[in-house]
Amino acid sequence: MRTLRFLLIKEFKQIFRNKALLPLIVALPLVQLVIMPLAADYEVKNINIAIVDHDKSSYSNSLISKITASGYFKLSYFGDSYQQAFKDIEQDKADLILEIPANFERDLVKEGNQKLLIAINAINGTKANLGGAYLANIIGNFNYAVILEWIQLPRFNNSPVIDVASSNWFNPTLDYAFFMVPGILAFLVTMVGAYMCSLNIVKEKEVGTIEQINVTPIKKIHFILGKLIPFWIIAVLMFTIGLFGIGRIIYGIIPMGSIALLYSYLSLYLVAILGFGLLLSTYSQTQQQAMSIAFFFMMIFLLMSGLFTSIDSMPMWAQWIAKFNPVTYFIEVMRMIVLKGSRFTDIQNHFVIMLGFAVFFNGWAILNYRKTN
Amino acid sequence: MHRQWMMYFTNWQEGLNEAINMKQLFIFIKKEFYHVFRDPKTMLMLFGLPIAQIILFGFALTNEIKNAEILIIDNAQDVSSRAIIKKMASTQTFKISAASVNAQSIEAEFRKGRVKMAVVFPSNFHSDLLHTNTASMQVIGDATDPNTATTLTSFVNTIVQSYQKELLPNAKLPFTIMPEVRMLYNPQLIGATNFVPGVMALVLMLVCVLMTSVSIVREKEKGTMEVLLVSPVNPFLVIISKAIPYFFLSLVNLAVILLMSINMLNMPMNGSVLLLFLESGLLILTSLSLGLLISNVTNSQETAMLISLMGMLIPTLLFTGFMFPIENMPLPLQVISNVVPSKWYYIIVKSIMVKGLGFASIWKETLILSGMTVFLLVLSFKKFKIRLE
Repeated sequence: MRTLRFLLIKEFKQIFRNKALLPLIVALPLVQLVIMPLAADYEVKNINIAIVDHDKSSYSNSLISKITASGYFKLSYFGDSYQQAFKDIEQDKADLILEIPANFERDLVKEGNQKLLIAINAINGTKANLGGAYLANIIGNFNYAVILEWIQLPRFNNSPVIDVASSNWFNPTLDYAFFMVPGILAFLVTMVGAYMCSLNIVKEKEVGTIEQINVTPIKKIHFILGKLIPFWIIAVLMFTIGLFGIGRIIYGIIPMGSIALLYSYLSLYLVAILGFGLLLSTYSQTQQQAMSIAFFFMMIFLLMSGLFTSIDSMPMWAQWIAKFNPVTYFIEVMRMIVLKGSRFTDIQNHFVIMLGFAVFFNGWAILNYRKTN
Repeated sequence: MHRQWMMYFTNWQEGLNEAINMKQLFIFIKKEFYHVFRDPKTMLMLFGLPIAQIILFGFALTNEIKNAEILIIDNAQDVSSRAIIKKMASTQTFKISAASVNAQSIEAEFRKGRVKMAVVFPSNFHSDLLHTNTASMQVIGDATDPNTATTLTSFVNTIVQSYQKELLPNAKLPFTIMPEVRMLYNPQLIGATNFVPGVMALVLMLVCVLMTSVSIVREKEKGTMEVLLVSPVNPFLVIISKAIPYFFLSLVNLAVILLMSINMLNMPMNGSVLLLFLESGLLILTSLSLGLLISNVTNSQETAMLISLMGMLIPTLLFTGFMFPIENMPLPLQVISNVVPSKWYYIIVKSIMVKGLGFASIWKETLILSGMTVFLLVLSFKKFKIRLE
């Protein structure tokens, strides 16, 4: 135990000594936690629309004013040249084009039906779908108003109506930050833990001080614990600041579930992820190697964790990769406990899986760690 | 006055001559190549894995919502409710799970995390619809993920509406407007069309920054920088030659990434390959300059890596704009996004590969990237300390 204490004192001295590093470890993730959730918002608000009006009738005018008044669309171009409107699409100034054909009003009244052309920039599928749906909705309403103008609909509408009452639980205001803050916090904690831990050990290798430790009677387990514990503490502290400082004060997120449960999962998760960092360090000789390996895994951890895009929508083989990604489980648990108030029985599988990760990573790392080369 | 200016000029010219001493430059570049090739592990990681990532993320990432598990509580069990459930089951969006739960357990199911939405049909659903012409059903979304909740709710609405229309097959109203929708560039709404250019921008930029960010600081840390500084070599040469091997290797990397994304991910290549290559070279230059700057202002590899990986990963991902549209962000963030080089490159790649545009439509983005490169290079020369502290 005494050995471990001295090692811990040494580690903390080293961490606090580096005046450039410490503020970065704390500030980089926390600033990101403040800013990035604001950037992550799927709600499509300002769709730029280019309207080509060949008709210039009272109908086309009223349709256009309905569209611009809806709040979803911003008019980027209005005129009578499709080519010009298409240029706007090419330059990303417009997301969709609405083309109103000549004699729109006359044909609609005389012939009973009329076409409208909508062309959508579909590179980003979600935006295309949403923009198209909003526009179709407005046109539908406009159409209904036109019909009412011309024919008296029967007083008692005899078409069956199914009323869909929808409600949104856990987040009735549909605030996207509620969803992002716990997830981004989980990922930032992961980066601090795994990355810093592996860099720290490899640094000792590169500088050569690890040899000095190797020739002392310090046991392997003490050395490893001495490296894991400081980063475990830093990560827990950062998590606490992130959750209560930033999440609560800036975003108003109050965890619904048990804080004790959340922290016990965090503790276990950090053991697993620090073990992963340790494992990385046993396979690299230089910090550059450690960084490049870490870069690869961090990208996969980030993009295959369900943080930004849903895992269920991925192809089956990719879902399996996500299943072997420890970050997936932590982000899920974070969102479940913080937002939904899930209880232990709801996440017991997550505990078992994380325990498996912890044993696997640490076991492998300890086996692979050599005091002698 | 005039003489003084002349003196400055000749001094500057001499400096330039010294700087373009080709032989010296060549030797330095050779040295840097040795550094890179000596470490095959890093080489493999930095050049093999981006390729794997493009493939992986190109196939896996999508904004679409598919296979969302929904819970159906069918208290009616009649013609109408079954018809609507059948319609839902036939789409790719929903994965319908056991329908035997009672309403109280919805929250418990949500807490377990698998179920994304619950749909409740009241008893007498069909007979209500038949006799009173109205029936109501309930849709409850797990709005912890607001995007999934709203999308799923609107899908259900669409399905219910189409069922409603089926009940009245011949009710065709006069004066109907029929919108004809055309999806430009990506008629099948494939996710890769959006994600491949984005991941390309992300990976290329991060890899280049990561690699050069340690290059100078490593020499500082190891003490070999002293040796370089006391040598008669122009310090600018030292910096420039650091970036050159990575520049060429990144071009090779880029070629492989492009081949893969066109052949394996079926990305369109509607514009000029040469133009895309030149523009990519520009992004690589910008990123390498950024890396050099980080390397110049930090004093340990650990700090440099912290900034270039931990500090840049998430911001680059989000500000490139392929994950969440930049125009949705609050204005200050939109302004910040302008300093992220990959944002401009992402626009360029989309314009060339998908839209098939020429240089005339991307000159502005090109100019911005060039400006950034010059700015970053000048700044890192300025910050480069030729004296020991």
